Amino acid sequence: MKTVKVYGPGCKRCEATETMIRNAAARLGIEVEIEKVTSAQSIAAAGVMSTPAVSVDGKLVHAGGLPDETRLEQWLKV
Amino acid sequence: MGHRAVSVAHDSHTGEAITFFFYDVPKVLLLLTAIVFVTGVLRSWFSPEKTRAILAGKREILGYPLAALLGVLTPFCSCSSVPLFIGFVSAGIPLGVTFSFLIAGPMVGPVGLGLLYGLVGWKIATIYLTFGFSVATLAGYAMGRMGLERYLQDWVRTLNTGPVNALPEEKITFVERLKTGAEQVREIVGKVWIWVLVGIGIGALIHGYVPEAVMLRIMGGEAWWSVPAAIVVGVPMYTNAAGVIPIVEALLGKGPLLAPRSLS
Repeated sequence: MKTVKVYGPGCKRCEATETMIRNAAARLGIEVEIEKVTSAQSIAAAGVMSTPAVSVDGKLVHAGGLPDETRLEQWLKV
Repeated sequence: MGHRAVSVAHDSHTGEAITFFFYDVPKVLLLLTAIVFVTGVLRSWFSPEKTRAILAGKREILGYPLAALLGVLTPFCSCSSVPLFIGFVSAGIPLGVTFSFLIAGPMVGPVGLGLLYGLVGWKIATIYLTFGFSVATLAGYAMGRMGLERYLQDWVRTLNTGPVNALPEEKITFVERLKTGAEQVREIVGKVWIWVLVGIGIGALIHGYVPEAVMLRIMGGEAWWSVPAAIVVGVPMYTNAAGVIPIVEALLGKGPLLAPRSLS
């Protein structure tokens, strides 16, 4: 079970990122719990400046723009 | 257009409008695609995290122009403005410098600049760049002088963002940079093309039907309100430079708007 956080105020790209993660997890057969972090305070506290950003099990792996499909799968597999 | 049913005399109003439209559509779309691609590739070397690392620890007075310049080059979605602001300020970048960055970004877009350069010439493009850059630099400087830091909420001031570069540096190959450019083209051109057509359509109507005398009377620069009026007309440019610049092109053909004719 992986805990994935998507940081972003709720813009279109943030939602697209969440969908991408869900799809990738389903493809790989990995169970994920996705949490959306939307408040500016929590986003900043995580050290995120460009959204959407993604963390997997507490480790920040991506910031700014939609993630790359292959990279996304690698993050989930680790 | 040699077909009899649609043959229109070239010197008629309709003919002029149609010529303008069909000449401009491929020109603007090709130009837009090329500019968006080049901008996308160029911007793949920049990120808000790198920009913050560059700006943190720079002397404040150097910070303003540098922030304005980086604001033009750094890709960021406007929905990131708040986290960006907090990230910069909490890393010790002065408030004014942060504002220079945030103002320059949406104001001086490389896409608008490239289109102006391609459609109305380098002089106007240079003026646009110079003014946008100066406004961002000076506005940031003014806000820095106002001592607004005391209005920041406490948690912003005390927030420790940790290491400036929390993300592992991703190795990006040149092919991936080219792909980034292509994605930008798909995303941006795919979204704005319809507005480009609308903009060129309006430009074509102005070009073909609105007599010069009317345009000069409306925006000739004689009346005190011609500048505010031009600003109101120009507001859509903030949302979509690609759609509005063809209108500017048509207006320039009519003479007004840019008062000194020697410029065009």
